[in-house]
Amino acid sequence: MPLPVSDFYRSLADRAVRTLADRDLENQILIQVGSATCEHAAGSQAVAEEFVRHIRASGRKDIVIHRTGCTGRCSREPILGVRLPGQLPVKYERVNRDLVHRIFTEHIQGGVPVMKHVLDHDGEALPEREFLFCEGDRCQKGGVDLRARFLELLAERGVEPHRVGVATTSCFGACGLAGGAAATYLLVRPEKILYRVASEADLLDILQEHVLQGQVVARLRVQEEPIALEFLERYGDVAFFNRQSRIALRNAGVVDPESLDEYLGFDGFKALATALERREPDWVISELTKARLRGRGGGGFLTATKWTLARQQADTTRFIICNGDEGDPGAFMDRSMLESDPFNIVEGMIIGGFAIGAQKGFFYIRAEYPLAIKRIEQAIDACRAHGLLGRDIMGSGFDFDLEIRLGAGAFVCGEETALIRSIEGERGQPKVRPPYPTDRGLWGHPTVINNVETFANVSAILRYGGEWYSRIGTPKSGGTKVFALAGKVRHTGLVEVPLGTTLSRVVNDIGGGVSGGKQLKAIQTGGPAGGFIPAAMQGMEVDFEPLQKAGSIMGSGGMIVLSEDDCMVDIAKFYMAFSQEESCGKCTPCREGTTRILEILERITLGKGELADLDKLERLSRLCQRTSLCGLGRAAPNPVLSSLKHFHDEFLAHIQDKHCPAKKCVALIRYEINPEKCIGCTICARNCPVECISGARKEAHGIDQAACIKCGNCFDVCKFAAIDRV
Amino acid sequence: MSECLPCSTDNWPDLERGYRAMLPREILAFIDAHRHQERSESMLIATLHQVQAHFGHLGPGHLEAVAQLMQIPLAKVTGVATFYHYFRLQPRGRYLINVCLGTACYVKGAEKVAQKLQDELGIRFGETSKDGIFSLESTRCVGTCGLAPVVMIGDEVHGPLTPSLVPGLLESYLARAAEDLVAEPSR
Ligand SMILES: Cc1cc2nc3c(=O)[nH]c(=O)nc-3n(C[C@H](O)[C@H](O)[C@H](O)COP(=O)(O)O)c2cc1C
Ligand code: SF4
Ligand code: SF4
Ligand code: SF4
Ligand code: FES
Ligand code: FES
Repeated sequence: MPLPVSDFYRSLADRAVRTLADRDLENQILIQVGSATCEHAAGSQAVAEEFVRHIRASGRKDIVIHRTGCTGRCSREPILGVRLPGQLPVKYERVNRDLVHRIFTEHIQGGVPVMKHVLDHDGEALPEREFLFCEGDRCQKGGVDLRARFLELLAERGVEPHRVGVATTSCFGACGLAGGAAATYLLVRPEKILYRVASEADLLDILQEHVLQGQVVARLRVQEEPIALEFLERYGDVAFFNRQSRIALRNAGVVDPESLDEYLGFDGFKALATALERREPDWVISELTKARLRGRGGGGFLTATKWTLARQQADTTRFIICNGDEGDPGAFMDRSMLESDPFNIVEGMIIGGFAIGAQKGFFYIRAEYPLAIKRIEQAIDACRAHGLLGRDIMGSGFDFDLEIRLGAGAFVCGEETALIRSIEGERGQPKVRPPYPTDRGLWGHPTVINNVETFANVSAILRYGGEWYSRIGTPKSGGTKVFALAGKVRHTGLVEVPLGTTLSRVVNDIGGGVSGGKQLKAIQTGGPAGGFIPAAMQGMEVDFEPLQKAGSIMGSGGMIVLSEDDCMVDIAKFYMAFSQEESCGKCTPCREGTTRILEILERITLGKGELADLDKLERLSRLCQRTSLCGLGRAAPNPVLSSLKHFHDEFLAHIQDKHCPAKKCVALIRYEINPEKCIGCTICARNCPVECISGARKEAHGIDQAACIKCGNCFDVCKFAAIDRV
Repeated sequence: MSECLPCSTDNWPDLERGYRAMLPREILAFIDAHRHQERSESMLIATLHQVQAHFGHLGPGHLEAVAQLMQIPLAKVTGVATFYHYFRLQPRGRYLINVCLGTACYVKGAEKVAQKLQDELGIRFGETSKDGIFSLESTRCVGTCGLAPVVMIGDEVHGPLTPSLVPGLLESYLARAAEDLVAEPSR
């Protein structure tokens, strides 16, 4: 007799596959529109509406609009994908209503893509077929550069470049599927065929049969589906993604976040079904142990250990909580995951609940994320309606349910004991640990709290094995980490890379370097609890320990790029102001310490600092670190200490020379009009809020320094670079 | 009226009727649905969210009604409402403008956008414009740092902004407010 769980899963998955097949997406023209907070902000809704209008007006029935979450290309949004049947998908960036019209008439009606607006493309024609070679470290190259060789072979045979494109990508996740001899994986689009090639003979076969005759080389084909397949299939030629490894974000921007069927179509809930069918919570935990999955909320605690601690408790009323408070101001990966692939997080929660023996789980999501809340609500409802939540999940006998609780704008509620009190309906003030939540948490019962991204990895680990996951990453930390890249970087957005990737690779290779051709000054990680990594150390590998050694922390994944235009004293002050404001006030070192530190930093940026202040800063910071009750107070001084350590000179310049090297601190700068360059156009005078600029038309103007409030408007509006900031 | 009366007093039915009249039906239904459940007091924050979503702020009367109907001491309800920044105890304008002053927005010049908004509206943070249309507040990161600097108006996020885009943005909301007024003159 087959086990009920596998039957249950199969019937659910079959039904989903049938529904999807009925939609017949493969043979339709597919328009992909992003639907997430950032996409909406960039105008994706208007773009979708415009498309609907065009489709209606054209009377065509073979065009489908497909909603997806976001891929994390914030600076290029709204992004629109167009796939004609049998062709490579084309992604457009920064689409607006006018461009919709062009895309519709030229690409959809006329069959010719609007090349100028293709995402990250250099404007050349798109190939008919594309070969993506893995350049991941775990693909053994066996001495020959197979990709280079393939290019040579193509040239020798005279295959035109517009017919076949060749590109590289990072790990497909296929390397874990089949071990053995040196081999490289290679994906062919749009057919979605994965080959494993080991020699030049293999390449020749592919060239002969696949390229020239359009026939699949069965002997080399890999049957298993690697994890990032769907993602690569739709985004496979975009440099920004080719250097990433998408595990937590594998479905983000590809799946319809509001469709359970689509998630099932991507093997969703298969991991849960396996776990339930095996009836072995220990198996789940042992896979996580092998995976070396560490919590992605900042602390980097081993997830398997945390789950074991809760599981061992005598008290069998247990809870599991997903921490979606995402308090770091400058981080948005958790929001994106909740919005773009909600079922995946829900699946991770159910698996976690099963592993620790919980009856109930809570999503704690900040109220500032209305769309994330809505998507999780929908996902929970859909799961309940299909026997994936509630009583007797998938016929396994396991009862478990989920509920959402909203945050209300208190950063400290991201701290686990404060979060628990907030769910209990109290003021979110932290408590002394121990007892740890795994001993006594929510309503006094054993409770596991994990970050959104931690849960996002769970189903992938069970599907592909802990062993496979651990091979990505470093010896201490398995897998990938998602970073929210923002600040002065060319491509802002979400980036998922194996742990151990260098900072420089993230910021320069993927992020495109500092925007506006400026010099990199520092990279901030870990938000208000983290620190600054100076540009000179950008070769550093990102992992929990190296970052900590450099005086920062991994944190939840916020990564802010700072350029020569940013003043380190000012940014340190910014973070301190944040922590001071968010301190819950329960203990003195944090409440008073942050206030005093902030005062000193303020003095320094006003040009009123003294040398002795530096000592004071250091002492106060250490005190606050050592004696505060919770992580907020203990980590609040980190930005100050790390800027003091790496940018001592800047502090000295403010204090001794009364000079702000980045020309940022308002009290230490002046605006002056250069009479040689000023042509007297009067624009500055008209834009000065305090009317302190005078001068006759066509004559050099002058600023009344006593009245000037140094707003910088004049500097920004002068088209003749006649105003200097000194 | 302001002290918390035990529900066993003789006039509780009268009092209860009075408190119920202060809250809309959906919220009463929400409170009723949870009242007799285990750990119902943990729904306090969720209830306050609903009240604020409905009225735009949490007035003293609302807090008292919630306290009485949920059977939670008023001191605790007030304590919770004042602890969390998201809750507003003052009424606000038709559109709440939340300027993001998170890190990403800060380094991309959010302060200048904030200054321009204050200049254009003639109000400071925490204030409401005379016509009652805009309230200005700041927030720390709305999760769209990739579009920094951003401003959230109502539920909509706008970015990347520059000071020069501010007047046009405000214009568009003024126009919307005018349209709404025409459509529903009673408001
Ligand atoms: C002040 C403070 C704020 C925090 N904010 C968050 C947060 O927003 N999200 C999060 O996942 N963890 C946050 N944490 C860490 C949590 O306390 C907890 O360690 C984490 O959620 C555990 O999940 P993990 O093991 O999956 O990392 C915060 C900690 C402190 C001290
Ligand atoms: S360290 Fe700060 S945030 Fe934490 S309990 Fe003390 S006062 Fe509150
Ligand atoms: S805007 Fe520049 S050129 Fe024009 S009056 Fe001012 S300083 Fe002179
Ligand atoms: S900095 Fe501002 S206040 Fe000063 S002169 Fe320029 S526009 Fe006027
Ligand atoms: S390194 Fe090539 S597939 Fe993983
Ligand atoms: S810092 Fe402004 S949206 Fe994140």
